[in-house]
Amino acid sequence: MTLIQTSDDSFAMRLLLIEDDRDAADYLRKAFREAGHVVDHAADGEEGLALALDGHYDVLVVDRMLPRRDGLSVVSELRQRGEATPVLILSALGQVDDRVMGLRAGGDDYLPKPYAFTELLARVEALSRRSGIPATETLYKVGDLELDRLAHRVSRAGKDVPLQPREFRLLEYLMRHAGQVVTRTMLLENVWDYHFDPQTNVIDVHVSRLRSKIDKGFDVPLIHTVRGAGYMVREGLK
Amino acid sequence: MRILPRGLSRLIRTTAFKLLAVYLVVFAVFALFMIGYVAWHTRQLIETQVAESVAGEVRFLSEQYRIGGIQRLVFAIDRRTRRPGSSIYLLTNFNGEVLASNVSDLPLGLLDAAGTRFTFYRRSDEAGAKENLAFVEVFMLPGGYRLLVGRDVEERDTVRQMVVRPAQGALLLILVLGLVGGFFVTRRVLKRIDSMTATSEIIMAGNLSGRLTVDGTDDEFDRLAHSLNAMLERIEALMIGLKEVSDNIAHDLKTPLTRLRNRAEEALRGASGEAQYRAALETTIEESENLIRTFDALLMIARAEAGQARGTMVPVDLAAIAENVAELYEPLADEQGLDLTVEAEPVQVLGVRELLAQVLANLVDNAIKYGHPPAGARGQIRVRLRREGGDALLEVSDSGEGIPEKDRDRVVERFVRLDASRTRPGSGLGLSLVAAVARLHGGGLAFSDAAPGLKVTLRLPALSPEGLA
Repeated sequence: MTLIQTSDDSFAMRLLLIEDDRDAADYLRKAFREAGHVVDHAADGEEGLALALDGHYDVLVVDRMLPRRDGLSVVSELRQRGEATPVLILSALGQVDDRVMGLRAGGDDYLPKPYAFTELLARVEALSRRSGIPATETLYKVGDLELDRLAHRVSRAGKDVPLQPREFRLLEYLMRHAGQVVTRTMLLENVWDYHFDPQTNVIDVHVSRLRSKIDKGFDVPLIHTVRGAGYMVREGLK
Repeated sequence: MRILPRGLSRLIRTTAFKLLAVYLVVFAVFALFMIGYVAWHTRQLIETQVAESVAGEVRFLSEQYRIGGIQRLVFAIDRRTRRPGSSIYLLTNFNGEVLASNVSDLPLGLLDAAGTRFTFYRRSDEAGAKENLAFVEVFMLPGGYRLLVGRDVEERDTVRQMVVRPAQGALLLILVLGLVGGFFVTRRVLKRIDSMTATSEIIMAGNLSGRLTVDGTDDEFDRLAHSLNAMLERIEALMIGLKEVSDNIAHDLKTPLTRLRNRAEEALRGASGEAQYRAALETTIEESENLIRTFDALLMIARAEAGQARGTMVPVDLAAIAENVAELYEPLADEQGLDLTVEAEPVQVLGVRELLAQVLANLVDNAIKYGHPPAGARGQIRVRLRREGGDALLEVSDSGEGIPEKDRDRVVERFVRLDASRTRPGSGLGLSLVAAVARLHGGGLAFSDAAPGLKVTLRLPALSPEGLA
């Protein structure tokens, strides 16, 4: 039994971890493997850049401060060479402007240290293009739940479910990452566009309100709580 | 009087004394120039007068000669020489024999050519007369007669001395008096600076409560003392704050760290099964997460206080933030038995959106934690944004117990929590961050009574309404 909750076992990702701290790298490698993913590791920026350009990875996890070539410079070099692999930047600098710099360099997500591994795993899986529903899709379907992004309509078992605009966006984000764990901070960032720590369980109350509209009166719940991590929308429990 | 030489040398090194010395030197140079000019001018004036009077005598004597010939001329000269303070005269014939004169010891060849010149002479009509300088004119008369008329010019020098001597004396007196006066003025200034130096040495030695004396004259020294005292006030407050923070850090970070360590040790020593290890590890993670939160909050406050974010400020729609944050917290408030309402006028401020949202979230979070009415009835939380003059006022009021007036200044300090038992979750940093962010944006934070409950008002400088899109 693994300690770490993960999403559907059906997909495994190929990850490249560029991290110079040996202990951290060993820990992350082991943890990602336990979650069912394949991890390559580079200990400095130059080696990481070479590997990233060669191999076909699903997601790159890049530490911001690296020997020989800085993490941000690795990312911007990759982007300049037309390499579009999603990148998550890890950094000890967690302020708003640091995040902005990381994203401007071409990063797709930014996670300040210290972090919980469940948070990192959820974010890496959300970045992977091999899971979830493509962003271009206009109709999301999970079981008998349907969300029409163009008509802004949600229905379950053919019956309309009226939602507030924010509830709609919350469900939209959860459904796009159906089968993946979505953490509370991911929801706050992507649905409300705030990057601070909400401290109390504000997000939980929003999800439980949404849940009462979606799952109430149905035998099969679709919005699941993943203990110690966050939420997941999926069809039935396996 | 052994102390004087040392005191004197210190006096000479002072700025005031150096200024005084420079001033005296400049003054002396100008005064000398003035005296020189007056002396030169006096001399010029006298010389002109001498030349004119000699020319007048020559005219008169030539006239006498023209009217009555040489006898009349000799007679006129004789008469003139008998007057007191007369000019000097010498008349010779073609052989060089003296016909009339009141001078002797003239240099040879003086009469060879006509014209004016200076010469030394001795009066022959006064016994024991000394040799003097004279201005003379030699005049050729028909028949080989030569006439010399001149005036003593020693008098000229005497007059000049009369002007110059007292001026020199006065100058010397002024210099001496200036030095003495400067000595006393400097010593007075020095005394006040010395007292300031002494006070600052006491302060440097560690007694931060020391203050410079203000004697109420409102002169430059008083103003300097005032602003230095204000600076000391600020430094003392900062030092006290620093001490409090480090004491609080010692408590708020060390206590959970100790707990963390104790739990781990206890688990190592006594745990018997996997379930117990698991429980110990889970609480360890939970505690470390709280620690990380506290660190993050401290870092955020430090950043806000350092003011680095000022460079990245952009116009921010505060009304949108108020509505967003209220919407974010409304379900939670509702679940806790509180009605959260929002009322926002359109106002923009120059700021950092993320920080402003975080600050409002902290305020609403506090209101949800502490805003319950005592009776157990449904509480109210009101978020209100309005414009007042050039300011945006963001108010969060609740219907809880409020904060006693005496504690209102204290709650924004770091780690201060009025809940003495500290049973409710929180780091005691929420309002410190609010206050720091308010200052970062050039605004302030105020607490008032919402009767019942607490009203927190965040005042920020608003952008002018014309700036609104």
